[in-house]
Amino acid sequence: MKIIKGIPASGGIAAGPAYIFKPTEIGVKRETIQNPAAELSRLESARNVAREQLKALKLKTENEASADEAAIFDAHAMFLDDPSLLELVADTVNAEKVNVEAAWADGIENFARQMEMMGDEYLSARAADIRDVGKRVLRILSGQSETDLSGLNAPSVILAQDLTPSDTARLNKDFVLGFATAEGGPTSHTAILAKALGLPAVVGCGPALMEIKSGSEMLIHGGKGELIADPDEKTKQLYQKLTGEATRVAGVELEAAAEHAVTRDGRQVEIVANVGSPSDAVSALKYGAEGIGLLRTEFLYLERTTAPTEEEQLAAYNAVLDVMEKRPVVVRTLDVGGDKQLDYLDLGKEANPFLGWRAIRMCLDKPDFFKIQLRALLRASPNHDLRIMFPMIATLEEVRRSKALLAEARKEVLAAGHPVADNIQVGIMVEIPAAAQMADFFAREVDFFSIGTNDLTQYTMAAERTSEKMAYLADPCHPAVIRQIKRVIEEGHKQGIWVGVCGEMAGDPEAAPILLGLGLDEFSMAAPGIPHLKAILREWSYADAQKLAEHVLNLENGTAVREYVRGFTHA
Amino acid sequence: METGKVKVINEVGLHARPAALFVAKAASFKSDIRVHNVTKAGKWVSAKSILGVLTLGVEKDHEIEITAEGEDEAQAVKEIIALIESDFA
Repeated sequence: MKIIKGIPASGGIAAGPAYIFKPTEIGVKRETIQNPAAELSRLESARNVAREQLKALKLKTENEASADEAAIFDAHAMFLDDPSLLELVADTVNAEKVNVEAAWADGIENFARQMEMMGDEYLSARAADIRDVGKRVLRILSGQSETDLSGLNAPSVILAQDLTPSDTARLNKDFVLGFATAEGGPTSHTAILAKALGLPAVVGCGPALMEIKSGSEMLIHGGKGELIADPDEKTKQLYQKLTGEATRVAGVELEAAAEHAVTRDGRQVEIVANVGSPSDAVSALKYGAEGIGLLRTEFLYLERTTAPTEEEQLAAYNAVLDVMEKRPVVVRTLDVGGDKQLDYLDLGKEANPFLGWRAIRMCLDKPDFFKIQLRALLRASPNHDLRIMFPMIATLEEVRRSKALLAEARKEVLAAGHPVADNIQVGIMVEIPAAAQMADFFAREVDFFSIGTNDLTQYTMAAERTSEKMAYLADPCHPAVIRQIKRVIEEGHKQGIWVGVCGEMAGDPEAAPILLGLGLDEFSMAAPGIPHLKAILREWSYADAQKLAEHVLNLENGTAVREYVRGFTHA
Repeated sequence: METGKVKVINEVGLHARPAALFVAKAASFKSDIRVHNVTKAGKWVSAKSILGVLTLGVEKDHEIEITAEGEDEAQAVKEIIALIESDFA
């Protein structure tokens, strides 16, 4: 048994075999060359390939992890095209008549060392990013493929010297139980990613980590920053107690995931998935999603230089609808602006992008652009349960204008000879307090409400949700938010329309019972959490949940609400 | 040639997002633009290079100097200084 202590980076406990991640070593030979121009042109071709790879990695990471996580690849792209680096490399090639591999490796190392020597945690982490970009280009120049990950074919604890965003983007997350790295600090890339994925991670384990043999039995305790290789029986049993129960329960829950979520007293609610791309739809079904409660359409618009055509959009919507067959699929129309830029639309920069010209506000100002999406959606509608949802609605006029544009789009599609489904449900995201307050009016205009609790919380608390300093204001369990949700559900039901939640709150085990008690009809969430949420809701009775909800409305803050939920004893 | 000095008021200095915004702004001009950290009396680097700008080690309250040479030099210095004075708003 070998115990390794590191820095706790992400909580959780896991047990499994070690998978040693060793990136391909790229040897750089220094050679004298005759034709500097030819060398530099090889570099340019390699950089073009690298740029495409980075774009693809960014998209993949956005879908699997988060936009924040994916943003690192923007930094990589900036390093790749950095004029100082390129100038240095060109000077070396021209003056020393060396091959471009050697000049590039020198240039990368030059800047990476400078960063490391600044004695700043953030810059040291960027040194790793610069080397990551450097290796990517060297690999392309040498024709080598990226690290072979085919050995990772069972759930494992990933051990590595260090992990770069390029490495982790390519790991099959289904086979990752946890991460341990020899290098890295609590704000390293591995730490951030592990938190986003909800996996345990220990970083800064030191050189002893890489002496562990592939396949060794590993225990990892993220919260304690502890890693145990080849544990003895006693330790194994201790960990088994901790993890065994959790794993067993997860297995049982997954088996029951396809069944409905019905409370002990017989109330059934709909559990659906938030999805960011057609490939997500397939895994959503595996986790027991009964449909899609939020299909984000930004994936169609980002990372490109021209707007997606009606035909391209149609193909993407069809791909999702074909997977979901007759199940409901709620498509949110484009939600960009401010913090998300599109090359082909001048969205301008704003001091407060979250309060700015975005989503429906922008789309209504660009009706011809917006109608391309609406026509594609209408054309995808026949034989499926496609529903259309408008984001960032603040006023009734916005709903009416959106619906008018949809009616125009319908006429255009029919005139072009394409069929359109009858009775397509049209709803709104309720994420602005104004819409929550006026829910009684909105309920008469639409077929459903989906409450975007992330934004509703940020707008209620006037606290940008991406700011770490104000994380304490980001709790959707604050009664200030819950009271609005109650109102939206009540007003929706008075008009006979269904009400869902598509923020993270819907999948939060402590918040979901409150939503159940408030009478919520639909819970839309990240798919991997569906089996667990269904299991939790099945343990509740609607009557108990109603009592719970009634009580927490009159508590003074989110912490008190969560404490009350945890301590609630069922009748 | 146009020059100007400005104190960086951002909490993280010229790191991360502010550095990226700074470089993007500089890159939008035709002029050759260079920058150095007056407080640290460091080297001059291209303001259009993120690697260069990061290695200046500009922290909160450091003063930086910018020079621009080219057809839009006056505008470049003015707008870059305005960006920093507005704390990248």
